[in-house]
This record gives sequence, C-alpha cells and structure tokens, in this order.
Amino acid sequence: MDTRELAKRIRLHVLRMTNRGGSAHIGSNFSIADILGVLFGAILQLDPKNPKWEDRDRFILSKGHAGASIYAALAEKGFFPIEKLDTHYQNGSDLCGHVAHKNNPGVELSTGALGHGFPVAIGMAIAGKHQKKTHKVVTILGDGECDEGSNWEAAMYAPHHKLDNLTVIIDYNKIQSLDTVENTLGLEPFTDKWRSFGWEVVEVDGHDHDALLQVFSHLPAQTGKPTCVIAHTIKGKGVSFMEDTVLWHYRTARDEEYDAAKQELNQ
Amino acid sequence: MRDVFLHHLVEVAQTDERIMLLTGDLGFKVLDEFIAQFPDRFFNIGIAEQNMTGIAAGLALEGYVPLTYSLGSFPTVRAMEQVRIDVAYHQLPVKIVTVGGGMSYGALGMSHHATEDIAMVRALPHMMVLAPGDDWEVGQLTPHMLAHDGPVYLRLDKTTAGNTQRDGEEFTFGKIRTVREGDDVTIMTTGGVLVEALAAADQLAQEGISARILSVHCVKPLDAATIIQAAQETKGIITAEEHVLDGGLGSAVAEVLMDAGVMPKQFIRLGLNNEFATKVGSQAWLRNIYKIDAVAMVAAAKNMQ
Repeated sequence: MDTRELAKRIRLHVLRMTNRGGSAHIGSNFSIADILGVLFGAILQLDPKNPKWEDRDRFILSKGHAGASIYAALAEKGFFPIEKLDTHYQNGSDLCGHVAHKNNPGVELSTGALGHGFPVAIGMAIAGKHQKKTHKVVTILGDGECDEGSNWEAAMYAPHHKLDNLTVIIDYNKIQSLDTVENTLGLEPFTDKWRSFGWEVVEVDGHDHDALLQVFSHLPAQTGKPTCVIAHTIKGKGVSFMEDTVLWHYRTARDEEYDAAKQELNQ
Repeated sequence: MRDVFLHHLVEVAQTDERIMLLTGDLGFKVLDEFIAQFPDRFFNIGIAEQNMTGIAAGLALEGYVPLTYSLGSFPTVRAMEQVRIDVAYHQLPVKIVTVGGGMSYGALGMSHHATEDIAMVRALPHMMVLAPGDDWEVGQLTPHMLAHDGPVYLRLDKTTAGNTQRDGEEFTFGKIRTVREGDDVTIMTTGGVLVEALAAADQLAQEGISARILSVHCVKPLDAATIIQAAQETKGIITAEEHVLDGGLGSAVAEVLMDAGVMPKQFIRLGLNNEFATKVGSQAWLRNIYKIDAVAMVAAAKNMQ
C-alpha cells in the first residue's frame, strides 16, 4: 500500500477509535502517523500470517499512548480484522488505550508507562546479534518520554555495544502532556546529546514521506553504530485545529469537531 | 549460598544454551566461572537496573532465559516497574537474582538491605518468589527455577544453615521442608535465618520443648497443606524473616490459614515491625537487635507453652 494512503487510513481509524471510545492522545497518534505509514507500508519486513516469523523486523512502540495508531497499522496490514478497531477502549476489548500485546498479533510489547520500550528493544537487538540475524529492531520514543531516566541508561548502552541493528526514532513534536517540551524540561541540544552518546543521528521531517523513506531505507545510517532518527513532527498533524496544541493531547473529537476533522483528513 | 548457586547455574548453562547472565556491575570474581565458560552469554549491563531488566525482557521475548543478578533491593525495588510490566505482565522467564537478601550486608546500611522485597515482588501476578534457607536447597532448586516457564525472584542470603538434608530426604520444588520434627511449636523461616531457627530448636530441646522447624524456600506459590498441618498439630506458629512484617512470610502464612478457616492456637510473627534496620552492625547483631534471632524465637516459643 502507498505509504501516504496508509498514513491517511491510520489517522482516520484513530479519529474514529478515539471518538467512539472517548479516549485521549489523538495528537500523539497523528504526529507519528506518517512515520508509521512509511515503516509499515514500505520498510518493516513482517508477515501477518506468521506474526512470530523469526526473521521479521521487530517494532516496539515505546510511547504506548499512541497505541491506537499501531492497532490501525496492524489491522491495515492484515494482522487482525479492521472491524476489531471499533472495539478500541470498549468494555471487554483487547485494545486498551496504551498498546497491549495480549490477543493482538503483531504487537511485540505492551507499553504505556514511559521509558520501557527502549531497553527491551536493546534486549531484542542483542538477541539478533547473538543469533547472527540481519533483521532490524525499531522503536519509537516520544520527546516527553525522553525525560525518563531509563532511556538514558539505554542510550549509553547501545552505542557502547555497537548495536547497529537498533534504530530509535524520536517523535519530536515539541509538546508534552501539560506544556511544551521547552517549557517543561528542555531537550536541546538534542541532536548533540545523542551524538555525544555515540549514536549516528539523522534529523528528518517526520511528515515528509520521501525523506522518511530515504532515511529508513539506509539503516543503519552508519555501520557499527545504532541509529537515532530525530523526526521533527507536529502534534495533531493532519487536522488544522489540532495541530501544535497542548489541548489535543487529551481532548476527544466529538460532534462538529469530529465531522470537521474527518472532512479535512479525507481531502 | 551465592557460590553454590553460581556453581549450579554453570552446570545447567552447559546444557541449556538459552541461559544468559546479566549483572548490574556486581559479582566481582564470583561470576568468573560463568564468564570463562560462556563469554558470549554474559553481559555486564553497568549500574543500570532498569535497563538491565528491560534488556532481560527483550532477550526473554526472543527465547532466552536471562538472569538479572545484583545485590540487595537493586534488581527488584530499583527496577520495580520494569519487573512489573516488562517481566511479570508479559510472563517472561526472567530470573531475578539478588545476593544479600534481608540484612545480609548489615553494616553497609539500610540502602543495601532487602527488607521489603518479598512483599513487593509477591504482589505481582505470575511471579514465583524463592528464598532458600541452606546450600542444599539452593542446589536443589536451581535447575527447577531455571526450567520454570515464567518469572522468578530468587533471594539469596549471605548466611546459610549449611546442609540440612535429612537422611534419605528428597527435595520437592515448592514444598515446605520439615527440617526438624516437633510437636510443641512450629518455627517457620524463609531464607538464611533458618540457621537461627535450628539454634532455637536446640535450646528449646534442652528445656523439653520440641520445635518443628519448617524452611519455606518458596514463598509464592505457598505450600498451604504443610502450614495447615502445622497449625493443627502444634501449639502455635512462629514465623521469622529478615523482612518487614507487612506482606512478608508471616503475612502470607496468615493469609493461607485464614483462607482455609484454620486458626492456629497461637501465632507470632518475628520481623521488622514497620521500621528499617537503621542501626549499624553485622547481620547476626542486627538479627539480635531486631528480635529475629534464636533468642527471640526461644522466648516466643516458651510463651506458647
């Protein structure tokens, strides 16, 4: 599937799922929709008929609050029926707000508490090296998530052990839960931080499919080093009134807002 | 106890290639045998227990059996959320190993004690909690815990009751061991404090009191039958542990008995009573000060007669 079409479908699913469930984090889902479109549409080697295929690429969403978009991507890839997405956030569903692995083929790890996915991805990368496999291990972190200390334990570890089969993508949308990243706990000079830890750092427009495809098609960016892709994104990307606002970290689109958002995404 | 465990670990690792040993930069010299034999299955993660536990979960998801080795409360309490979500929720066969259970590292101070760990870890669904009392138990349980298809917490003590295997005794993983028969009173311990219970039993015997000594190497899941039997057959149960009274062995025993509708004739829990062991001293000295030693057990047992 075309990566842009996949990203569009992910956004539409997320809009519908969060509306039906009355759930939050639509802005966080929209900011990674293009990254997911490119990863799931063109990069990650996966087999929906054999979700545990041993040579598959491993993908972990560390910023688990964007779970709706992963469920949407996996459903579009055929890991489970698209109708299942309508159960999101409903009583008795497998699809809780933060991404969960139980009964959801294709989800490698349940996350939600922040700062967990990255160390687990390192464990998978070590396993890949130990077994002399060539698959990739990819994890997406939120920028606010980078406040968590466990990430910096992990950031030290991966370059020291030359885990070049590991790619960390940062969804750098510059907004966290209550305020901007800059006002909360500034990350800058962010690129320098990762570089000084020993990572090969690539900055990219996280909504430019051609640019994302170019970066993700050349992993690792440098042999012998893990890659950190700092993706500059816009929270709520795709719906003008949601873009770049703290409000849409938590707000649910209802009624006229829902209709307007749907119309805009369908244009 | 630690060296016995590592020796048996190496033995099992020779045939089970899934086993990987991760340490949070602890185990100077004592891990050398494993490192020498399996250099590509040993990882010093650095002083970073959250990362270590997450990495272990990642390895376990890929089919390995990783151990996270550290001291005191570091591999549990320090990384509790990783233990909770990454390990326990995913039901992964990560084996968390601490040396220095309880107040093993007495004079190093409370930061290096593990005196709330059992309560915290046993609250987690799917976790198995092990605290052997002597070297024989350590050797016997090691292959079982490594083969167990789920998360395990192994709490090793610096002290050990040596080898308390009785003539012809066979070890049953998870079953409480009756280390000494007795009908007047039951003393139950978990971990190395078993040695104090045996000393107490000797003293009590001299005064004509026969103490049944039970070693609880597996706090979770807990062997209810042996506990119920002790409640019914002896004049009272004393539990002793290097741990706070809240949520430890004594609590677990009380839960089992209440659930079964069995009331022990008397019940005394020895442990830290809503306090940290903040006084400075050796493990033996602290056991005495905080009344978790043979002296306290003897006094409690006499009160029950």
